[in-house]
Amino acid sequence: MSDAVVNDEKMNKVMMDERGKRLINRTDQRLSLVLRLLAMANAILLALIIAFLVKESWPLFTDKGNGAWLTLFQSDGWHPLEGQLGMAPMIWASLAVTLGALALALPVGLACALFLQFYAPVALSSGFRLLLNLLAGVPSVVFGLWGLTRLVPLIASWQPPGASLLAAILVLSLMILPTVALTSAAALAAVPRELTAGATALGLCRKTQILQVIMPAAKSGILSGAMLATVRALGETMAVLMVAGNVVQNPSGLFEPVRVLTANIALEMAYAMGGHRASLFASGLLLTLLVWLLVWLATRMANNRCAANSHQMVSSHG
Amino acid sequence: MADRLFSTFVFASAALVVSLMLWVLADVVIEGTAHFSWHFLFAEPADAGRAGGIGSILVSTLWILLIALLVALPLGLGVAIWLAEFTGKPSRFAPFPARNTGMTLDILAGVPSIVYGLFGNAFFSIYLGLGFSILSGGLTLACMILPVFIRTCESGLRAVNDDWRRGALALGMTQTAAIWHILLPAARPAIIAGLVLGIGRATAETAALIFTSGYVDRMPGSLLDSGRALAVHIYDLSMNVTGGDGAAYASALVLVVLIIVLNTLAQSLVDSWFKRRLAA
Amino acid sequence: MKTLHPPYTLGHIEEGTPCCVPQPHLRVQDLSVRYGTKTVLSQVSLDIYKGCITALIGPSGCGKTSFISTLNKLIELNDHAEVSGRIEFDGQDLLRDPIDELRLRRRVGMIFQKPNPFPLSIWRNLDLPLKEHGVRDRQLRGQKIEQALRDVGLWDEVSDRLDSSALALSGGQQQRLCIARALVLEPEILLMDEPCSALDPLASAVVEELILRLRGRYTVVIVTHNLAQARRVANYAAFFWMTERVGKLIEFGRCQHLFESPGHELTAAYISGARG
Repeated sequence: MSDAVVNDEKMNKVMMDERGKRLINRTDQRLSLVLRLLAMANAILLALIIAFLVKESWPLFTDKGNGAWLTLFQSDGWHPLEGQLGMAPMIWASLAVTLGALALALPVGLACALFLQFYAPVALSSGFRLLLNLLAGVPSVVFGLWGLTRLVPLIASWQPPGASLLAAILVLSLMILPTVALTSAAALAAVPRELTAGATALGLCRKTQILQVIMPAAKSGILSGAMLATVRALGETMAVLMVAGNVVQNPSGLFEPVRVLTANIALEMAYAMGGHRASLFASGLLLTLLVWLLVWLATRMANNRCAANSHQMVSSHG
Repeated sequence: MADRLFSTFVFASAALVVSLMLWVLADVVIEGTAHFSWHFLFAEPADAGRAGGIGSILVSTLWILLIALLVALPLGLGVAIWLAEFTGKPSRFAPFPARNTGMTLDILAGVPSIVYGLFGNAFFSIYLGLGFSILSGGLTLACMILPVFIRTCESGLRAVNDDWRRGALALGMTQTAAIWHILLPAARPAIIAGLVLGIGRATAETAALIFTSGYVDRMPGSLLDSGRALAVHIYDLSMNVTGGDGAAYASALVLVVLIIVLNTLAQSLVDSWFKRRLAA
Repeated sequence: MKTLHPPYTLGHIEEGTPCCVPQPHLRVQDLSVRYGTKTVLSQVSLDIYKGCITALIGPSGCGKTSFISTLNKLIELNDHAEVSGRIEFDGQDLLRDPIDELRLRRRVGMIFQKPNPFPLSIWRNLDLPLKEHGVRDRQLRGQKIEQALRDVGLWDEVSDRLDSSALALSGGQQQRLCIARALVLEPEILLMDEPCSALDPLASAVVEELILRLRGRYTVVIVTHNLAQARRVANYAAFFWMTERVGKLIEFGRCQHLFESPGHELTAAYISGARG
């Protein structure tokens, strides 16, 4: 097939790839063209997502909405049918649930990672890893079901009504635990062996080794895993919806029912019209912005790590 | 002393997590098998799901998944190849589309599924007029799993040994041949990982489907019919149907097993396909 | 410009090998290579003679690898590389004339420092390039593959496990497989970038012996840090050196001549081990 290309008149119609390099043969030209079309289709699709979120929430930002979007952040009540669209309680609830779940899942997940990597015997470690992988794949709605039928009655028997901020935090932390543990374990495994050996040679005790030597070396990997877990916790809908009670109010206590942003969308989309519908899309936009912020932070951390690494490489070369 | 305390914390955490996880799993298995029967697997739901089975719901779930994968896999793999092989290393000097694609995809991979549901409802169901249908549900899920799939495959391709790229080009092979015969098979683990992630997310998804494929639990007659996915069924049974917990747990058991089976199947299919290509 | 035409003596080279008539196969003129703003190779002019082995010696980082990867245009893989000058091959200027790179790379094979067999079976490592170059006849491919494997002395070692993975071979076997993979396409020129440096001494000796056997049948350009090896295998040698962080060709000539009576003090110092 290559031999046919040589004296082709297309030869002079040089085609460039994305790096501005000539692609000489027709096969590669065709592939590049097809892939570029696919990439364009993909980009259009992804742009459409943002475009439609903006388009659907647009009524809120125009004159007809009478500056209704300002009221989104007010706390005086969510009465969408009367045009009162104060989302502040739900924003607070989302933050409270997310932070609460992180506060539980991070230390415990990290401990699990340490257990996997340093404390557990091999057989136990691989079994534990299998369990974590299995749990990471369990659908959120199953966790929700479990929380609703086991956890909520348990809490209710202690402090009614049961469906509460605490239930949401517990279920969510259980859900993100496998993510935290597995990504942290991967980050710990990536720490060079020499570092551990060096610490052992210095006669440091295990705790000091781990806390002073290994954890700092694995820090950025652990942090980006934590970011991933945060994004997941913030975006979780079903599990939280099923156990949090869904009363729109500022989260004032662990045993009070709350409603988070994502759950609000799922609950009200079915009958929302006009400004109400627009406000739901606006909350979707807000969630997307939060995710953007988190990803940006994570990327910056990753870039810092890369920069540090490449700096090391350059200096070792030069 | 402090060392002992620290070790205790680590062991206690692991024990706590293992027991909690086993509790969840045991509940699903015990409660699920109590209500499960082969009849349950194939019968139509009756009495709002309390009686009957999940036959029609399984069919809808598989159709939605099939559409999502049919759209997302070729598109995602193509974009991943384009990003990894035709746009160079992501850097400040990279051309415009490639420079921002990575982060854009990361953001979209993190966007909550309910937001994809909003988009699917506004675009596929209303703007394109597909209504509440299996088709709009599947397309919404395709959008949702695309970013993750692209990123996994792309990083897998980028991790492939550069020596093979150079070797293939030095032999006068086309880039196309190098990708098809060497790089894609070498990136097999990442492609499988992306596929498993995609299948897992799509099968487990609830929030994105409520407003796109809908609630109707009849056997779908066509792809434009509304169809209730298994995850939506579990949600509905546990939240809106009193006395539906048994059926909900049985459905949950089926869902978990379904995900494991599908993933194993996908893994072995892709593996054997690539193996044949490597050996032939 | 100072032309570099060393005093050739058309003498006896080695018994059994065809006589090395100095007939240029590749003519390189004023070749410069830049990566972005950094010049790595400046104004190199050099003839590569047909059927001979030309060794490129010199310290690391003086542009030898950049030099040979311009000869099959593989340097284009590097995003920021800029090449100027003239490389004449078969009546064409490789740098300016529109050439079919796939055909060029079939005619100019390359062996890398680290053996890079594809993660395929031994057989398919050689079969794939042949297929890609349009050899459709299965039987013909089989003959060519067997011949190439015999040429590198691998046939007897692997003929019973042609379907097993090439990655399971030892380092030396892998490198010989890579040479066979290049030979199966029947190239005219072989570029070798330190082909023995990643191998243990025994495997290295086997590969070196193989390179010696290629003399006369192929034009070989070999980059090596092993001066003794250069001396053993090469007909011609080119000495590269870095001055002010730019790689330059210092001296080129008959290998024996260059090693025994170097014309430049840098060469003399380098081969006596005083510097680099």
